Amino acid sequence: MDNLLSITTFIPAIAAAILAIFLRGEDAAAQRNAKWVALIATTLTFVVSVFILVGFDPNDTGFQFVEEREWLLGLKYKMGVDGISVLFVMLTTFIMPLTIAASWNVTSRVKEYMIAFLVLETLMLGVFMALDLVLFYLFFEAGLIPMFLIIGIWGGKERIYASFKFFLYTFFGSVLMLVAMVAMFAEAGTTDIPTLMTHEFAFESFSLLGIQIVGGMQTLMFIAFFASFAVKMPMWPVHTWLPDAHVQAPTAGSVVLAAILLKMGGYGFLRFSLPMFPVGAEVMTPLVLWMSAIAIVYTSLVALAQEDMKKLIAYSSVAHMGYVTMGIFAANQQGIDGAIFQMISHGFISGALFLIVGVIYDRMHTRDIDAYGGLVNRMPAYALIFMLFTMANVGLPGTSGFIGEFLTLVGIFQVNTWVAAVATSGVILSAAYALWLYRRVVLGELVKESLKSITDMTGRERAIFAPLVVMTLLLGVYPSLVTDVTGPAVEALIGNYETALSEAGAANDVAQVAE
Amino acid sequence: MQADLNVILPEIVISVYALAALLLTAYTGKDKMAGMLTWLTAAILVAMALWLSTSGVGTRTAFGGMFNDDAFARFAKVVTLVSAAAVMVMGQEYMARRGLLRFEYPLLIALAAVGMMMMVSAGDLMALYMGLELQSLALYVVASLRRDSVKSTEAGLKYFVLGALSSGLLLYGASLTYGYTGTTLFSGIIASAEGQAPIGLLIGIVFVISGLAFKVSAVPFHMWTPDVYQGAPTPITAFFATAPKMAAMGLFARVVHDAYGGVVQDWQQVVAVLSLLSMFLGGVAAIGQRDIKRLMAYSSIAHMGYALMGLAAGTVFGVQAMLIYMVIYITMNVGTFAFILSMERDGQPVTDIASLNMYSKAHPGRALAMLILLFSLAGVPPLLGFFGKLYVLRAAYEGGLVWLAVAGVIASVIGAFYYLRIVYYMYFGEDQEPLETGKSPVQWGFLMASAALMLLGIVNMFGIEGMAQAAATTLVN
Repeated sequence: MDNLLSITTFIPAIAAAILAIFLRGEDAAAQRNAKWVALIATTLTFVVSVFILVGFDPNDTGFQFVEEREWLLGLKYKMGVDGISVLFVMLTTFIMPLTIAASWNVTSRVKEYMIAFLVLETLMLGVFMALDLVLFYLFFEAGLIPMFLIIGIWGGKERIYASFKFFLYTFFGSVLMLVAMVAMFAEAGTTDIPTLMTHEFAFESFSLLGIQIVGGMQTLMFIAFFASFAVKMPMWPVHTWLPDAHVQAPTAGSVVLAAILLKMGGYGFLRFSLPMFPVGAEVMTPLVLWMSAIAIVYTSLVALAQEDMKKLIAYSSVAHMGYVTMGIFAANQQGIDGAIFQMISHGFISGALFLIVGVIYDRMHTRDIDAYGGLVNRMPAYALIFMLFTMANVGLPGTSGFIGEFLTLVGIFQVNTWVAAVATSGVILSAAYALWLYRRVVLGELVKESLKSITDMTGRERAIFAPLVVMTLLLGVYPSLVTDVTGPAVEALIGNYETALSEAGAANDVAQVAE
Repeated sequence: MQADLNVILPEIVISVYALAALLLTAYTGKDKMAGMLTWLTAAILVAMALWLSTSGVGTRTAFGGMFNDDAFARFAKVVTLVSAAAVMVMGQEYMARRGLLRFEYPLLIALAAVGMMMMVSAGDLMALYMGLELQSLALYVVASLRRDSVKSTEAGLKYFVLGALSSGLLLYGASLTYGYTGTTLFSGIIASAEGQAPIGLLIGIVFVISGLAFKVSAVPFHMWTPDVYQGAPTPITAFFATAPKMAAMGLFARVVHDAYGGVVQDWQQVVAVLSLLSMFLGGVAAIGQRDIKRLMAYSSIAHMGYALMGLAAGTVFGVQAMLIYMVIYITMNVGTFAFILSMERDGQPVTDIASLNMYSKAHPGRALAMLILLFSLAGVPPLLGFFGKLYVLRAAYEGGLVWLAVAGVIASVIGAFYYLRIVYYMYFGEDQEPLETGKSPVQWGFLMASAALMLLGIVNMFGIEGMAQAAATTLVN
């Protein structure tokens, strides 16, 4: 199969087109058909994507399953995966059927809902597979359209504000990246990502509007890309769109947002920022590390004060993404391995946590923490699953959350002890907000009148959580599943990064001697 | 002489047709034939476009260099003619139901088309002015076609007064150019204006550019646009937004490269500033608009800013980018106006964007098409509108205008807001009595075709890229 990646990417889009063209009406039968088509398409995508993982050779650090075709403007339609991206592809195809299944109770405009999610899956997969700069941008930005609609149409009370904020924030973040991409295209004469990774962009310092820019072009391009990925990630202080978007989005939208869309930022750092602008990255590293440390502590504290369950989990996501950026910019094997691991694991855990909120939201139609309490009395299975994912979120050893946090902290400790110390305090804070949330919602006496008749999870709901539970525990006790795949690619990435830096250092020395 | 006439044969055919039809209708049933004439005129325009696109080879000049027939002119003419025909056909039903379908309408458009063809082929300042005036006079009249409406006549008058002013500016610039170079022929001007332009010629260039900026409605010469767009009957507005824009941009490119191509540095900054102001004003001013026609006026101002960004680069690629941008812009606008034409309630046209509340529930197909067009107008990938922006951004970067490229993308974020707001009404709004939009299958066809092109065009842009490159190469040397 020469075009396995394209097939995987476009199965959902084809299903969406079928729904859009052939499915008519809004009656119950049409709704059921739309749900089944979406579920079958996403499951099929997952099955096909398994072949990618099976055929993937971790020891080959180049791109595999590469497809290439000519396109407009000298651009190429080029797809491929390597050790860094293949797991994100798998994460996406794994999560999507679960989100469709979790949306079984949606009743308003089901057809459009399913189309939006299917299109979104195609675009997300495209982001992780694209090997052409503009193709990447295309997928990266286009994801805003379905997400904008998902939040705006099926969201909560403040959905209009949240959807506009989401769109304009992330759109603004990315357009500067577009200019940097145009600049790269003009400088290197190609938009081919593997070629650009070996291209050396100018790093001679120059002054712009009276400001001395250390690292020159590379720093400017790094900042342009950083603006986009930091918003997407999201990093403190540009994270404010995330809680709004999360709170207002429907459950499935929150799951996709937390589990997959946020990972695009981290993936972007690994694919573009580090390999293409090593000097720029080096110049900016201290700033990024401190931003990450502040994010971990600050957003954990903010999470403590939340009254809304989704908002609390959203802030906890920002904190966990702080570990990711910290690990990436530690730029050593443990740090980057840990960052990737943390992203994958956070995909399962945060996805599960938003689903957990969704379960009781479907029953009570409120997300206020105060509206609950003592759920363990009537929902024992729910309490157990909630418990497991709370612990995973805290980073308890034995769950996947632990591995990611531990590896990134090990990585950062070798680079900057102070950042490591600050970030570690976040571990305690995360235990505080997560356990406190659990106690307020699940434990204690069931005193609230409205909760007296609440029912435990249905079979469908349990079935949705089962794969997530398995993955969280499996990765917790057997992390090599991930690190064996990412390890060689990360090693090559770090090797190139350090070579580029030492060459740049040598060049700078020569320049100084010459002066 | 014979050879000269051969070169302008398409123009002659349309003119003769228009005059003959004018005579015929004057002696016979007058407005009864208007419907048929609309289709006939559209057919003739399309036939000429086909002829131009298939027969033309190489570069020919006529009348001692005053008229050029080259790849650039043919490209611009084909786009102009096809869009004029499309707009005419899709507005026909609207005009007929409101008693506006007079026989003058298709004929004036045909005459305007001749003017536009003259414009993009001009090889001399006098020929340029002739073409421009022929086009403008026809447009002044169609703008006030609804004689009994105060708004429409006001639109026509405003357009006329400001248009006359801009013609004056242009003529003054042309006379200065003539004074300093001793010729009105482009080939003569470019030969004598090389390197550093004398100050008098520089002032002349600025005046000529100001005059042209009026025609493409670039800021700060845009004031007429919102009023005329709003006041004129919607089919006329659709026409203003498409064909004349292409012709005016073609003329703009023709003048700055053919006549002033030796002093690129001197006009580049002027065009760059026009571009910057248009992008920002078009974006910011549209935010407060509630009337969709006014909103589209500001949208077209912003889009002209982006097209000018390509032109400001002053390179072959810049012209290519501008041409591609214009083709995409016109395709989007044809679809959008097909939708606006169909917006009505109780038989009355509606232009308030709030009337689109929850439109997607009543007409999911049309709403989806409109959604695609709006995101394309905003320049969001993966739609074709994004590629237009990509081309001009790259042109600007390579032309050394990085600041303009950065400003352009920031303006595009501001611009995205008001397109999103229409999406918001269509998809997130509150339920209300739905809009009726189901009347005309022609409008439906144009809307759907335009949306489909925005989506499918990303595969290979239907070969426009190569044609635009060939056109740009013949213009810039």
